[in-house]
Amino acid sequence: MSNDAKSVSSAYEAGLKGAAETVAEFHEEQGALKKLQHWLHQTPSAVPMIVLVVSVIVFGLLADNFFKATTLSTILQQIAIVGILGCAQTIVILTAGIDLSVGAIAVFSSVLMGQMTFRYGIPAPAAIAIGLALGSAMGALNGFLIARLKLPPFIVTLGTWQILLASNFIYSRNETIRSSDIAEKAPALQFWGQAIQPGGVKVLYAVFLMIALVAIMAYVLRNTAWGRHVYATGDDPDAAELAGVPTKRVLIQVYALAGLFCAIAGWVMIGRFGSVSPTASTGQLGNIQSITAVVIGGISLFGGRGSILGMFFGALIVGVFEMGLRLVGTDPQWTFFLIGVLIIFAVAVDQWIRKVSA
Amino acid sequence: MTQEPILKARGLTKRYGKVIALNDCDFDLYPGEILAVIGDNGAGKSTLIKAISGAVVPDEGQIWLEGREVSFKTPIEARAAGIETVYQTLAMSPALSIADNMFMGRELRKPGIMGTLFRQLDRPRMEKFAREKLNELGLMTIQNINQAVETLSGGQRQGVAVARAAAFGSKVVILDEPTAALGVKESRRVLELIRDVKNRGIPIILISHNMPHVFEIADRIHIHRLGRRLCVIRPQDYTMSDAVAFMTGARLPEGVTEAA
Repeated sequence: MSNDAKSVSSAYEAGLKGAAETVAEFHEEQGALKKLQHWLHQTPSAVPMIVLVVSVIVFGLLADNFFKATTLSTILQQIAIVGILGCAQTIVILTAGIDLSVGAIAVFSSVLMGQMTFRYGIPAPAAIAIGLALGSAMGALNGFLIARLKLPPFIVTLGTWQILLASNFIYSRNETIRSSDIAEKAPALQFWGQAIQPGGVKVLYAVFLMIALVAIMAYVLRNTAWGRHVYATGDDPDAAELAGVPTKRVLIQVYALAGLFCAIAGWVMIGRFGSVSPTASTGQLGNIQSITAVVIGGISLFGGRGSILGMFFGALIVGVFEMGLRLVGTDPQWTFFLIGVLIIFAVAVDQWIRKVSA
Repeated sequence: MTQEPILKARGLTKRYGKVIALNDCDFDLYPGEILAVIGDNGAGKSTLIKAISGAVVPDEGQIWLEGREVSFKTPIEARAAGIETVYQTLAMSPALSIADNMFMGRELRKPGIMGTLFRQLDRPRMEKFAREKLNELGLMTIQNINQAVETLSGGQRQGVAVARAAAFGSKVVILDEPTAALGVKESRRVLELIRDVKNRGIPIILISHNMPHVFEIADRIHIHRLGRRLCVIRPQDYTMSDAVAFMTGARLPEGVTEAA
């Protein structure tokens, strides 16, 4: 009987004889377009980098004073806060989530830092530490609701955005702490507003902080196990879980770290604006601006793809557009118009790159 | 068999509400063998496998690995004990590289301060190991260990998943429907891979619906029916249609009375 079984199994594959024996071979992609697609697949920050370089060149040709050091340092200064919020948004979006509460956490944290000092008389460094801790806690709350209660990130952060912004107004009694008071009593709060001036060009500490945070996160995401777990969680959470990634813990850590970045952005806001204001526009606009930087930066909203360097380029593109169009002297609405076009272009490119395997 | 089973289970029971997925089920895997588990849809094969691989905690019953009683709460615990599972879905992150996927959840860090303080991954070591393991199993045609898994064909992905399990599965490797999604040629390649793994002394549990494949490579066949082991046959002693008759209940094997 055994022979029956064997002969049956070998008989049905007899037709294989003469078929090519190779199974796992890689063919060089022929078309230039295919090659480009593969290259972009491996280098997701290439698209925003190209757009950035092209837009810098175009604005350099259109506006005479675009290539001045002061212009470029102003652009960096303008995107410092968005860049830091973008770090938060990047790690969240890499897990296929979204964080609509980044601006609210930033504003609330800055208000907490200010009020700790001025209402309770806590020394500024301790107040900053408390603000950073509470910002992380707000992020961790998002993470807990998303990972443990399995609620959709969009809904959770839409809710906490409103809750935190309202808490911010209620707690602060809508009071602004004046810049001159802060400079006098708690200059540490304004630390990131200081600047170095090599050759008369003002570069804020905040700019260096943003660049340092992007560099650190680029290292963490690329070169540590935790970073790989963030990607795996966003790519396919079930697969990651089965492969041994504690996806729930990773999610909570990601949202808590995002909260910390937002609180840092809140601290930077005090330095940038001088005062502590619960009505700062970042509370409403911060999330949209950070999501814009992330999307233009080629990070997939479906998770698991893209690099934080792309987000940095994305933020720079927005800054370059705003500054360049202002120097050219067009209606500022063109900035939003063009950024809208870029967002759709970036998502279209992302969809195309994702089809690389098909 | 006089040998002690490397993996043994007795009286496994798992209920989902009123449904009894596993009903007082026994299971034995001997060292160095390929044991196929077959059964009709809904017979409880996958629950049995999940109970062994830690994905499901049985309500009753005991499991012994190398004579020691174990009870896994998660797949990670089972993995730590040396039981590796290749899931039907492969459990790989498509956008990440082959090396990343092979080491997912057990990454290697650089020695010294770069590893302890800065937690830097030891990519060269992981890539070397991944390449070696793929070579050992004859998957040398994969050139670039850093290419994303989603750029591989179905058979190649399966190959990487099997290589991952064989590389880390020190005691038992479980393969869930490894050829279900593959073409004829790719299936053949994966069957050879399974033999290679067996030749390296690792016992394999193979869940499959494909009778020719089961009869070709299994040493013994565990036939699962109505939530329990109906019988264990050797492929030499029976035909495929016998096995199908047993697992669908059309016929009873000699010396077995239908209990359920």
